Amino acid sequence: MKTFTYERVNTPVEAAAAAARTPGAKFLAGGTNLLDLMKLEIEAPPHIIDIGKIGLDKIESTPAGGLLIGALVNNTDLAAHSIVRRDYGLLSRALLAGASGQLRNKATTAGNLLQRTRCPYFYDTNQLCNKRVPGSGCAAIAGFSRQLGIIGTSNACIATYPGDMAVAMRALDATVETVNAKGAKRALSLDRFYRLPGQTPHLETILEKNELITAVLLPPPVGGVHIYHKVRDRASYAFALVSVAAIIQKNGSGRVAVGGIAPRPWRVEGAESLLPSGAKAFAAQLLTGARPTKENEYKLALVERTVAAVLNEANH
Amino acid sequence: MKFETPAGINPIDKQTVIGKPTDRIEGPLKTTGTAKYAYEHNDVVSNPAYGYVVGAAIAKGRIKSIDQTKAKAAPGVLAIVTAASAGPLKPGQFYVDKLLAGPDIDHYHQAVAVVVAETFEQARAAASLLKISYTKTKGAFDLAAAKDSAPVPKQGQFGPPPQTNVGDFGGAFASAPVKLDETYTTPDQTHAMMEPHATIARWDGDKLTCWSSIQQINWGVRDIATVLGIPKENIRLISTFIGGGFGGKGTVLSDIIAASLAARAAGRPVKVALPRPLIMNNTTHRPATIQRIRIGATPDGTITAIGHENWSGNLPGGRPESSTASTRLLYAGANRFTQLRLAVLDLAEGNAMRAPGEATGMMALEIAMDEMAEKLKMDPVAFRLKNDTQEDPEKPGRKFSTRKLVECLQTGATKFGWSKRQTQPGTVREGQWLIGMGVASAIRGAPVMKSAARVRLSREGIVTVETDMTDIGTGSYTIIGQTAAEMMGVSLDKVVVTLGDSTFPESPGSGGQWGAASATSGVYAACVKLREAVANSLGVHIEDAEFVGGQVLAGNRSHPLGDAAKAAELVVTDEMTYGTLSREYAQDTFGAHFVEVGVNSYTGEVRVRRMVAICHAGRVLNPKTARSQVIGAMTMGVGAALMEELVVDKHVGFFVNHDLAGYEVPVHADIPHQEVILLEDIDPTMSPMKAKGIGELGMVGVAAAVANAVYNATGIRVRDYPITLDKLIDKLSING
Amino acid sequence: MDESNESTITRREMIAATTTAVTALAFSGMTGVQATSIQHTVPLSLAQVSFTVNGRAQSLNMDTRTTLLDALREHLQFTGTKKGCDHGQCGACTVLVNGRRINSCLSLALQHQGDTITTIEGLGTPDKLHPMQAAFVKHDGYQCGYCTPGQICSAVAVLNEIKAGIPSHVSASLLEKPVATNMELRERMSGNICRCGAYSNIAEAMSEVAQKQA
Repeated sequence: MKTFTYERVNTPVEAAAAAARTPGAKFLAGGTNLLDLMKLEIEAPPHIIDIGKIGLDKIESTPAGGLLIGALVNNTDLAAHSIVRRDYGLLSRALLAGASGQLRNKATTAGNLLQRTRCPYFYDTNQLCNKRVPGSGCAAIAGFSRQLGIIGTSNACIATYPGDMAVAMRALDATVETVNAKGAKRALSLDRFYRLPGQTPHLETILEKNELITAVLLPPPVGGVHIYHKVRDRASYAFALVSVAAIIQKNGSGRVAVGGIAPRPWRVEGAESLLPSGAKAFAAQLLTGARPTKENEYKLALVERTVAAVLNEANH
Repeated sequence: MKFETPAGINPIDKQTVIGKPTDRIEGPLKTTGTAKYAYEHNDVVSNPAYGYVVGAAIAKGRIKSIDQTKAKAAPGVLAIVTAASAGPLKPGQFYVDKLLAGPDIDHYHQAVAVVVAETFEQARAAASLLKISYTKTKGAFDLAAAKDSAPVPKQGQFGPPPQTNVGDFGGAFASAPVKLDETYTTPDQTHAMMEPHATIARWDGDKLTCWSSIQQINWGVRDIATVLGIPKENIRLISTFIGGGFGGKGTVLSDIIAASLAARAAGRPVKVALPRPLIMNNTTHRPATIQRIRIGATPDGTITAIGHENWSGNLPGGRPESSTASTRLLYAGANRFTQLRLAVLDLAEGNAMRAPGEATGMMALEIAMDEMAEKLKMDPVAFRLKNDTQEDPEKPGRKFSTRKLVECLQTGATKFGWSKRQTQPGTVREGQWLIGMGVASAIRGAPVMKSAARVRLSREGIVTVETDMTDIGTGSYTIIGQTAAEMMGVSLDKVVVTLGDSTFPESPGSGGQWGAASATSGVYAACVKLREAVANSLGVHIEDAEFVGGQVLAGNRSHPLGDAAKAAELVVTDEMTYGTLSREYAQDTFGAHFVEVGVNSYTGEVRVRRMVAICHAGRVLNPKTARSQVIGAMTMGVGAALMEELVVDKHVGFFVNHDLAGYEVPVHADIPHQEVILLEDIDPTMSPMKAKGIGELGMVGVAAAVANAVYNATGIRVRDYPITLDKLIDKLSING
Repeated sequence: MDESNESTITRREMIAATTTAVTALAFSGMTGVQATSIQHTVPLSLAQVSFTVNGRAQSLNMDTRTTLLDALREHLQFTGTKKGCDHGQCGACTVLVNGRRINSCLSLALQHQGDTITTIEGLGTPDKLHPMQAAFVKHDGYQCGYCTPGQICSAVAVLNEIKAGIPSHVSASLLEKPVATNMELRERMSGNICRCGAYSNIAEAMSEVAQKQA
């Protein structure tokens, strides 16, 4: 870990301003991903801005009937919140399927959105990785890619977004709210929050420099059966091979976002009209343009079958 | 004391302390965080410095140059040691790997430098400032590609003969009415013990003390001396508690050499722990195998021919994975053939991991037996029973000392409810889940080795045992205490057990499933001598003396045991050595594993629902710790079956998933309540303890039982471990 | 953050002091390494943090990079908390912070200004075991012992989480209060790896404590 200077700030705008003052500075919230990466010098910020005690830890109903989740609400509190459990069960389920109890106690909503890929080549600084060192190459495409992406990837990067929470939020049509050093606020719909890698896989979101996530806004609840089905090799404490976040209505219509297959939670709204026709038709549309490797082409079938499992479960 | 003829009745047979499910005597230390592991002896070194090991960034080649300028200038840096500055270093006598490499690099993450600084944070940061340039050369990383040119290796110190032939295997197999010829693969696996390899090294003049995490203290001292080229007498090695080993801490690895060299260079005691992401490519692992098994039988299920070939790879001079070991002994059959082949691969060193040879070999053999039973239209349990043997199938006339494989299988079948298994696979369904049952036999050798101990008796009647035996979670502290208590007729709380210090008498340490049987026998020998010393001191005849309740009873008189040490503490040392009984008898442990799995018919996820193990392993010294050994081994078996694989990147030449997120081992959620039945067994050919090891037996066969259960659930036969969902889903029918 | 801290931090607070460390080095010549002396001019970041560990106030001035885990083990000698992976992948470093369990390896010590930390040493001692520690001994819920402090800290927290009604991945309903079934315990404990494989026994130890508490 490279040496860094450290400061604590008290408000979101102060945080953004502090970042603007120090090139390369990073916000530290839970730290469960950033510190992991700093130990390996995959991240090496010269300055750390600890935002752990700036508030933003409330969950509030909005006048429009939605829910505003503070950026620093930890994963445990979010999953256990009574309104989330009642109206946004999908989100609770996704959070509870992720990481471990210890990590969920520390990890924050904003940090979870921004967690970086778990591609093993990204994690080993001796290996070629365009995300870690732009232009260096990608060892994963010809290497061990069983867990990596099959769609939305590029010839520069096949890493996946590894999380669960954002997959549920994508199905819930969430919006990310931010503030910058000047106090200007933005609302970024989650469907465009993550960039696809193209030739610049090191650029992962559309956040601007020094912009701080302050909250995630969920629109009013839409009812339906909420299912988060996470498929992994061991039964817990593992990243998804494939995960399916689904809200299925009585009439068979619904929304489905898929994790573990792409650089961002993968949802194709245009495919959802096919849900009543079954998993096969839906998955074919969802995965149009997929470019799996030999090692991860099983995910094509796995997505379809997991969607089928979810639809089966929703009908019971 | 030399053990040459089968044991008669002795004080251990009383089983007043031995054989009881006693809580671990070190339990209160382990559960309160007060048991000290290697890196934690902060009390013995004032002002330690911290060493950080740097691993090679390439798989094979040469170091062109190491630019230390920036690293040396980094805050807190005290010293940097590389092969160039370390002086001559030899390999140890067990592992072949060079523990500080340069200029040649033999495998990825081989240690190339250790950076020493005032703090851990400084050492870690400075380590990344070393600028090392390499010249890469081509390496061999693909076992399948190297297979056909792999020769039969020479017989090693451990493991079976590289090739065995009995009868006419080729002819018998060719003419067998029912036969199977299949190939199975097992992947590279890593021990993933929870405590990283760690050492604190301190020099006092030319004397070196290492607090380290080493399973075999005697090998450790020998190998430190060999690697560093210093006299054994100048080395003290201490491993009071070891945070798991499973064969991965057999003897000296890079941490101990790095710490020792660093401490010498810095002129300060140095602490080194291997960073977790380094361990899997830096240290040893269980090598991958390709195994071909051929079985021929008559229609009634009698095996007439059994052949097992195994291919594995290693660094030059490394050993083969002895997967054929069990096949030589487990089932009858007049015509037999086994062969090991060993390729050179430029991956990290392959070496012992829990039940080396047996675990891998039985992963294959016990699927083959299941397949063969199906071909014969026999129940898999019945097929195994049919081919039981009470003598060494390679050496007719050589009996097993004890062997209750049949009873293991039968008891297990009853306990598990095997009769409910559906012969037709893929027919039991609960919602989205397909349910199946599987069985496998287990066999593991029961070696016993020379072992010594010192015992002391104080005037307070406290018995203190000293031996360099280690406790890696096996229960050594407790069973050694129970042995001494039983022998001296005192309660367990009157015994103090001190282990893991090379100044104590030599034991064979923890490995090869020999630890419990050997170390307690050494303590037995020393206690026999102490009993004599006590009798002498009290002026009674040893033949008349009875040691019970903290008293020595002789004639009509009773003496408090401590009275024998009134004048001075009694101290005796003895060792147990062995004659030829292990050649006269086949000494092995046996078991049977029964597993029920659910396979999600949509996603192919496999989850273990029930596990029952039956074990037959000599006298059970402590049923609580013995059972724990077995459930732990069963858990590792589930990992081997379903998830564990060090993935080889054949382009780069390394294990890609080299941390505990990438290399998945079972977690709590994967493991249901486990049932273990320990069959009664007293084996007088072993030692006066009449005991055998059990810690490796518990793993052998588990993975195959899981594989067979997956087959029974789905009708899909996977011969390529681990059985992950991607190997199932394209054949899995959602609707049954 | 608690009230007392809020009042003391009233403005943006630059905690780190960027200093220049000057350390004279003497490489020992014992192994043929050249004896050299180097003047360091690289900035070294130190910072102050205060928190409570097992009921005692502690104040440390340390490298900003120090994790809570290393602060406990190397600076405060609480070596009961273990380093298994240092990357949040094993759970051996689990401690309770303000009553909740976290991985102390993925937390800077500096993030814990004013926090109340309980380590395994704070739960009980060999002479006075916490009920969970005693249950682990009774049920042999450990083997090598290295993951054990983390398992026990987690186990204590898990029973509290269930009592507090926090659901888990395996809870059948998100709306009903969870109960300490075997599967609930196993799922919630899954962030604590035990390579010795004592899981079956740990679940039994926890069940016993859960029943006694109920």
